[in-house]
Amino acid sequence: MSSKLKPADLMKSIKYEMPKKQWMDTKPEFKVGSYNYAAVPDSIKYIEQPNPRKWQPYDEDWKLPENWKEIIFEGMRQRIKKFRSLQLFMDICVRCGACADKCHFFLGSGDPKNMPVLRAELLRAVYRKDFTTAGKIMGKMAGARELTVEVLKEWFYYFYQCTQCRRCSVFCPYGIDTAEITFLARELMNLIGVNIDWVMTPVANSHRTGNHLGIQPHGFLDSLEFAADDLEEITGVKVDVPINKKGADILFITPSADYFGEPHYFTLLGYLALFHEIGLNYTWSTYASEGGNFGSFVSHDLMKALNKKMYAEAQRLGCKWILGGECGHMWRIVHQYMDTLNGPADFLEEPVSPITGTKFHNAKSTKMVHITEFTSDLIRHNKLNLKPERNNHWHATFHDSCNPSRGMGLLEEPRFVINNVMNNFTEMPDNTIREQTFCCGSGAGLGTEENFEMRMRGGLPRANAVKYVHEKDGANILLCICAIDKATLAPLMEYWVPECEVGGIHEMVGNALEMKGQNKREVDLRGTPYSELEDKSKDKLHEEKEGKK
Amino acid sequence: MGVLISLIAIAVLTLVGLVGGSVPGLRYVFGVVLPYIAIATFLVGVVIRIIRWARAPVPFKITTTAGQAKSLDFIRQNKFDSPSNFWGVVGRMALEILFFRSLFRNTKADLKDNSKLVYGEDKWLWAFSLMFHWSFLIIFLRHFRFFTEPIPFFVPLLQGLDGFFEFGLPIVYITNLLIVAGVTYLFFRRIFNEKVKYISLPADYFPLLLIAGIAITGILMRYFFKTDLVGIKELTVGLLSLSPSAPAETISSMFYIHLFFVCSLMIYFPMSKLVHMTGVFFSPTRNMANDNRMKHYENPWDDEFKKEYYALHYHTYDEYEDEFRKFMKAVDLPLEKEEEDVK
Repeated sequence: MSSKLKPADLMKSIKYEMPKKQWMDTKPEFKVGSYNYAAVPDSIKYIEQPNPRKWQPYDEDWKLPENWKEIIFEGMRQRIKKFRSLQLFMDICVRCGACADKCHFFLGSGDPKNMPVLRAELLRAVYRKDFTTAGKIMGKMAGARELTVEVLKEWFYYFYQCTQCRRCSVFCPYGIDTAEITFLARELMNLIGVNIDWVMTPVANSHRTGNHLGIQPHGFLDSLEFAADDLEEITGVKVDVPINKKGADILFITPSADYFGEPHYFTLLGYLALFHEIGLNYTWSTYASEGGNFGSFVSHDLMKALNKKMYAEAQRLGCKWILGGECGHMWRIVHQYMDTLNGPADFLEEPVSPITGTKFHNAKSTKMVHITEFTSDLIRHNKLNLKPERNNHWHATFHDSCNPSRGMGLLEEPRFVINNVMNNFTEMPDNTIREQTFCCGSGAGLGTEENFEMRMRGGLPRANAVKYVHEKDGANILLCICAIDKATLAPLMEYWVPECEVGGIHEMVGNALEMKGQNKREVDLRGTPYSELEDKSKDKLHEEKEGKK
Repeated sequence: MGVLISLIAIAVLTLVGLVGGSVPGLRYVFGVVLPYIAIATFLVGVVIRIIRWARAPVPFKITTTAGQAKSLDFIRQNKFDSPSNFWGVVGRMALEILFFRSLFRNTKADLKDNSKLVYGEDKWLWAFSLMFHWSFLIIFLRHFRFFTEPIPFFVPLLQGLDGFFEFGLPIVYITNLLIVAGVTYLFFRRIFNEKVKYISLPADYFPLLLIAGIAITGILMRYFFKTDLVGIKELTVGLLSLSPSAPAETISSMFYIHLFFVCSLMIYFPMSKLVHMTGVFFSPTRNMANDNRMKHYENPWDDEFKKEYYALHYHTYDEYEDEFRKFMKAVDLPLEKEEEDVK
């Protein structure tokens, strides 16, 4: 990292003042720390995408195909015919500006083109120029703009400065969804080979090995067995790790970061403990070892191809239904796209909890259930022996991940679980949670090191709200149900609210879960001894008393 | 810049309207021919738009969920912000269209002491927009007293409500005040709110000024420069019954300016952002139920995925096992085919 701004300096650099120059007359400037590197040709070739080559966004020449403009226009023409959303969102924006200060990237950067309305105008202006009569005749007067290499560079810069979080779409009086616009704009750019490596290489990996990280089956098995050993050390209970098991009732799919990343890993331990404790007849899969779908960050086609593995694997293994782990964009795709992309999955059964008998009516067709739905139901039926006091060292606040909240409406289930497995929980302010939640600032493929400054800017509104409950109520862990969150909120907290940790809900479940035959828990799932924690809290009490004196 | 262009455009329109109403030979053109052209352009233009939107398929159900979805029995669903069935969607759309539900959420963000973000309520845009749109609608409906004979039942009703406070002569309609207030706010917001100014195009100022022009000329005619209402009604009823008569000589130029503004608006409407009026009904993030996992939804062009996209063949399990069989075997992962079978 070349230019790590200090938090205070970053804060000072934010100004919500508009430049003198009109937005159509300003050029993009590829600021170090604010963009992602281009995709490497090998990945592009592996997934048969257009124009594989070596290039970087800061290069003058992007080595575009000669007829790149025609490709883009033809692509737009097709998509306008195929997506009512696109056509409508191009036509009906009145530029009321309600979205302007709703975007975390705008709030963190002050860059006017990060106002969702202008982000969309980047595409809309070109649409007007070539697809509307008014734009053809009146040009700039009607808000039309010609597509040039400079404009394309602007597209790249700003459409990869959107995390498709849909917060603006909640506030838009017409429901204009920038995520949809960004999705299609990225799809257009992909047609001429303009894309980023942190999206395309994970896609290629997932295509080949079944997961974004490129973990091969034996590596997958290793890491799960390692986790089982860890869990045994902590609890004294040896859990089974069924992999690629035919005839299991349930196929469990979670993002691959869960078995390698931290703090994801503690959530993985939680899953293993939970499934063992309730005696679930389930299986992991090496072939469908990825819940996430980076294809959805760049094209409908890649999204479909990657997503197909979930159903294909459930069918091959003869499972009844699919259970999905904590993940954000994975769940937007499962909830809003999967059944349409690759369903109907008639070979599966309507999901029923084998433990409680509850029918998950809300997943009747897609046949995939969210882990917090599943766990909520277990808790509701008193199927778990929970000791919330084992989480007393934590004071949690909950980050609604963008996709489960605005692309699913999954708001109460995670809270229900949290409230049952821990004693200290405080919500962040109202307009920063639930459907108005702020993004981590690193979703939709933007979570790279090279993009660090922009991530810290985009994550500022979230961090700002965490800081509020941290200072006011002493929150010391930010819980979330998304793998990208877990990966990127951690550095975000380190940057803005260093005293706050990040964790998953099922880590807390794992801590609280009383397992049959377990030893007395000496440590929590992170391996921190409870005795030490007790000492710490005693110290803290002591300090407080001293302080009062 | 955008303001200036729009102001000039309005000045030109005023002048044209004035000439149209003052030159005897042009009155028929401005009083009869142009309104027909305007009505036709409006209707055809809007219908074409609607057909184009309606014909464009909705491949995926991309509802923006703004509340708790229908889930387990003990979890309370937010039936309007996250509707799971047709009636919920109707409710959501009604809240959106009649009360601007989404705009009501509006907040205002700011940096405090350059150290933290703070948010405040910001209902002004919502309040003035609502005021503006509802006044426009009521005024339009009130105008039916000029369009039809006998006067429809709702007109006296609206007039009564609208003139509830019974002051002024003729009685002052509240909506007349509100529409002016609304349009003034929306216009000056575009000038004084820096962010909104930055995103505004000529196409944003122009319709506001045009509608302001319509409202002002209408108010002037009602309260200050009385005109021949009987003559006007003859003209409009004639127009709408498709048996137009030549406009009476006694109709004032003010009326022609008013009418010309209205015609301009109707002609401008279908090719501008004003189509948001009909567009909002089509918005897929609002008009679809959040029942995605309950009901299968079919993409109308699913078959074309392969033809039109760079269709990536999905990596099958067999291909996967072929590549990794050795490794899987080595760690005793179950296999579909053994090494020997493949050879």
